[in-house]
Amino acid sequence: MSEPATKLKTLTREQMAARLAADIPEGWYVNLGIGAPTLVANYVANREVIFHSENGLLGVGPKPADENIEPWLINAGKQYITMMAGGSTFDSADSFGLIRGGHLDLAVLGGYEVAENGDLANWSTGANDAGPAVGGAMDLGAGAKQVWVLMDHTTKSGSSKLVEKCSYPLTALGSVTRIYTNIAVIDVTPHGFVLRDSAPGVTFDDVQTRTSAVLHRR
Amino acid sequence: MLGGFGSVGLPNQLLDGLVAKGVRGITLIANNAGAAFGSMVTLLETGAVEKVVCSYPRNAQSTLFVDLYREGKIGLELVPQGTLAERIRAASAGIPAFFTPTAAGTQLGASKEQREINGRLCVLEQALHADVALLEAWQADRWGNLSYRLAGRNFNPIMAGAAKLTIVQTQHKVELGEMRPDEVMTPGIYINRVVHIPYGDPVL
Repeated sequence: MSEPATKLKTLTREQMAARLAADIPEGWYVNLGIGAPTLVANYVANREVIFHSENGLLGVGPKPADENIEPWLINAGKQYITMMAGGSTFDSADSFGLIRGGHLDLAVLGGYEVAENGDLANWSTGANDAGPAVGGAMDLGAGAKQVWVLMDHTTKSGSSKLVEKCSYPLTALGSVTRIYTNIAVIDVTPHGFVLRDSAPGVTFDDVQTRTSAVLHRR
Repeated sequence: MLGGFGSVGLPNQLLDGLVAKGVRGITLIANNAGAAFGSMVTLLETGAVEKVVCSYPRNAQSTLFVDLYREGKIGLELVPQGTLAERIRAASAGIPAFFTPTAAGTQLGASKEQREINGRLCVLEQALHADVALLEAWQADRWGNLSYRLAGRNFNPIMAGAAKLTIVQTQHKVELGEMRPDEVMTPGIYINRVVHIPYGDPVL
């Protein structure tokens, strides 16, 4: 892919998380993946959104103050957390049963690549640079009603992470329904990628230039 | 088979005992095997563990497992976390195998039987049994009834029953009847041994 001619002003990780959070309806049950997706929780304060954590929690609340840490309360990223009133705890089989059984409204995951048919690659770069590990990514990819991916639009070297076909090992087949990048919001439809929204000052052509698959207008 | 997620619900003192006993040739079934602290480090470093069955053998504070794996000194069966949980639950519940959509069409499903069921590609997964399960509970009584604290539940209840011998360490020992029947999270029928070890907060 050729280097895009112009340099765009891209969204920060926080802005990307806030943009995604704005689309989560009140009352949804949501799992946030490790890393950038975790930031989404900071931008839903005005709505009752119920966060799930794979280690067996529903109703995850914000980080505790240091003096209020409960040692038996961590999230899937192994950070200390609090629970909302109404929260519940359960075992790992129930936790993944509710994922696999299609009860979770949304999983927000990071991604290495998303293909135009919704295939997701986010668990391994193939070379196993950081060692092999999958955690709950394949279960969330296969089970959640909606899978939204939060990731940069391109790699550091400028190649598109939105592709015709994933080159990295797959996490789940045809599961991604929407992608929030640092320049655009893109729906994954039976017809392929459809531009839903773009960052301030970013045009359709800017997004298409940085996407190595056909981008459709709404 | 080892309960716990991260360091919560992990039977640290039973692991110390495993090290002290010098058991070798272990196949370790646990969600995490990254090992940044305690006896898990010793078990891995001394080569007592031959193979790990695990969803997330990576740890931000330690490259020990990855280093051993790269050097070919330890085996790994990588299993998606929900499939790991369900394979263990299936073992406990007498289900020899089941079909699941998780990992269908991926590397982790590639060597397994795959079948389309109701229009969806699924993978055949086998129940996962162990010789011994080591668990941590918050409360236990002499019948082996258990309760867990908050996120300490995780893999513990499903591993109870998936092994020939289930040993539990508990923070609190209670009399029969102190836990109300509807407060018991794991009924004692699954439990063979309980060790009372009030050790306080885990180190994270």
